[in-house]
Amino acid sequence: MAEQLYGALAEFSTPEDLLAATRKAREAGYRYLDAFTPFPVEGLDRISRFPRPTISFIGLGGAIAGAGTALAMQFFTNFDYPLNVGGRPIYPVSAFAVVTFELTILFSALAMLFGMLWQNWLPRLSYPVFNGERFHRASKDRFFLCVSAEDARFDASETLAFLNGIGALSVELVPE
Amino acid sequence: MSEQSEILPTRQSMGGIAEQLTGIPLHFPADRRWVIAMTVASALLLLLIVSVVELFTRGVGIWGINIPVNWAFAIHNYVWWLGIGHAGTLISALLLLTGSEWRNSLNRFAETMTLFAVVCAGIYPILHLGRPWYVYWMLPYPATMGVWPQFRSPLEWDIWAVLTYLTVSLAFWYTGLIPDLAAARDRATRRGWQIFFGVAALGWRGSARHWQRWQQAYRLTAGLAVPLVVSVHSEVSLLFAAGQIPGWHSTIFPPYFVLGAAFSGFAVVSIIAVSLRSWFGLKNLVTDDHLDVLGVVLLATGLMTGYGYVFEVFDAIYSGEPHEIQTLVDRFAGAYAWTYWGAVIFNFIPLQALWLRRVRRSGWMLLLISASVVVGMWLERYMILVTSLYRDFLVSSWSHFTPTFWDWSTYFGTIGLFLVPFLIAIRLVPMISIFESKELLHEEKEEHQHG
Repeated sequence: MAEQLYGALAEFSTPEDLLAATRKAREAGYRYLDAFTPFPVEGLDRISRFPRPTISFIGLGGAIAGAGTALAMQFFTNFDYPLNVGGRPIYPVSAFAVVTFELTILFSALAMLFGMLWQNWLPRLSYPVFNGERFHRASKDRFFLCVSAEDARFDASETLAFLNGIGALSVELVPE
Repeated sequence: MSEQSEILPTRQSMGGIAEQLTGIPLHFPADRRWVIAMTVASALLLLLIVSVVELFTRGVGIWGINIPVNWAFAIHNYVWWLGIGHAGTLISALLLLTGSEWRNSLNRFAETMTLFAVVCAGIYPILHLGRPWYVYWMLPYPATMGVWPQFRSPLEWDIWAVLTYLTVSLAFWYTGLIPDLAAARDRATRRGWQIFFGVAALGWRGSARHWQRWQQAYRLTAGLAVPLVVSVHSEVSLLFAAGQIPGWHSTIFPPYFVLGAAFSGFAVVSIIAVSLRSWFGLKNLVTDDHLDVLGVVLLATGLMTGYGYVFEVFDAIYSGEPHEIQTLVDRFAGAYAWTYWGAVIFNFIPLQALWLRRVRRSGWMLLLISASVVVGMWLERYMILVTSLYRDFLVSSWSHFTPTFWDWSTYFGTIGLFLVPFLIAIRLVPMISIFESKELLHEEKEEHQHG
């Protein structure tokens, strides 16, 4: 076994077991927790006390940037090359509405996608948990709870025993 | 939850679903059918390439367009393809937000359909440009001529709308795909597949923190995609309605076009759903209940489109405008009356069979009715374009339009342009959302246990 540990990984067969185990781990004083699941498990973020995600603010920022870019672009091009078409106004906000709306959505959607990847530190093709013996089932039908080695209460043998005690199907240590 | 939550049979296991769906790209089960379909699709794509080369060499004169019918197949098929694309976004985005469980088995291939239908739509305005190699003039770049694109022109709106729609659809599709690519990566045994899915999944590991951010991004993008769909097709119909041509200058156009788009799109989704589930044996995931819901949606959007037909007649008569009424009479009894009555017959007559539950739950019947709707909507777009243009205000400018060989070959070619990437996508990525199916299955099992 490598000297450096990433953490301890415990396997559960249902989301309910995982939620119960997470709750017990928090009660036992573990704070540095993460879970790996095949689909989003409702309530897990609440029990683990994750901070609320901020993707919506990134999206809002993108929307404002998009609307601003679109309006600035349209006003500027008509300012730089004013063309009188049948006496219609040079700066008709109604005619600018479509492109402004489209760019608002475009910038906002792309900001959220890239913001999500950036906050999640993706792409990162290799990650310690991938070395877990049974981890490949996390994308299939198993639910994993991970106690990080950085947790103040983490102690390799004690944590493994604790995870075994709260009903894990299997437990293992994951090297860094 | 209502009884609708029983849409997936609860006997199957989560692991089984993952194996089954990742198995389609990893151990392709329908080789022969795929090769046959791919051969036909490639032939059509080749036809498109030949047609486009001919077009770029000789110009748009090879089409049957003239003055006054200066927009025909190009815009007609643009609207038709774009409309087909819309159902994909509506299924994935609108139903995600409203929490409809039946979405999960359909959304992935519906989104894939959207992507390639929008590509087919997008090439048409470019082909229709007299000098397509100047398409970049649509974008604002500091040209030495000192001229900027004209943002007050509806045609300029098109390029922004279509490019935005394509990009956002792609972003939404890929965001939803990442967890499934990770599932395929973990099942892959051959080195090539491991690398392909490994890179494509971006190292996704299903971490709870990741899911949390991912879910927020996915839902918010869906929230943006719904008004985007409505805006894109409204924008297309605004190009018509903003003109003064009789038959186009109508306020019903934006909703009428959007609903017609959803109508034709849901028809294509039904065709793909029925075909894929019989090709790959997916009856446990795309169940008869799914076909039932698709049938109901098809019927509902069809009836709403029917309302558009009625209102169009009312609108013309109520306006009292002689040219509007003339166009109406031309639609009923003019040279192109066959497109009007063809649209009415193909769109609405077989559709009425969907009132019967037995018909909705039969794959074959749904397939035939959907095919009829696709033809009907194609005729409708033809009718809207040509019957308005061929006789406008001045008798001296009346003319007829007859599609030439190159009109038809370009149109059939775009079907190849749609099918080739779609068939490739079937081989490369899971065509049904794996994690969402598992999530739904889990919820249903819960429901089952706790009553």
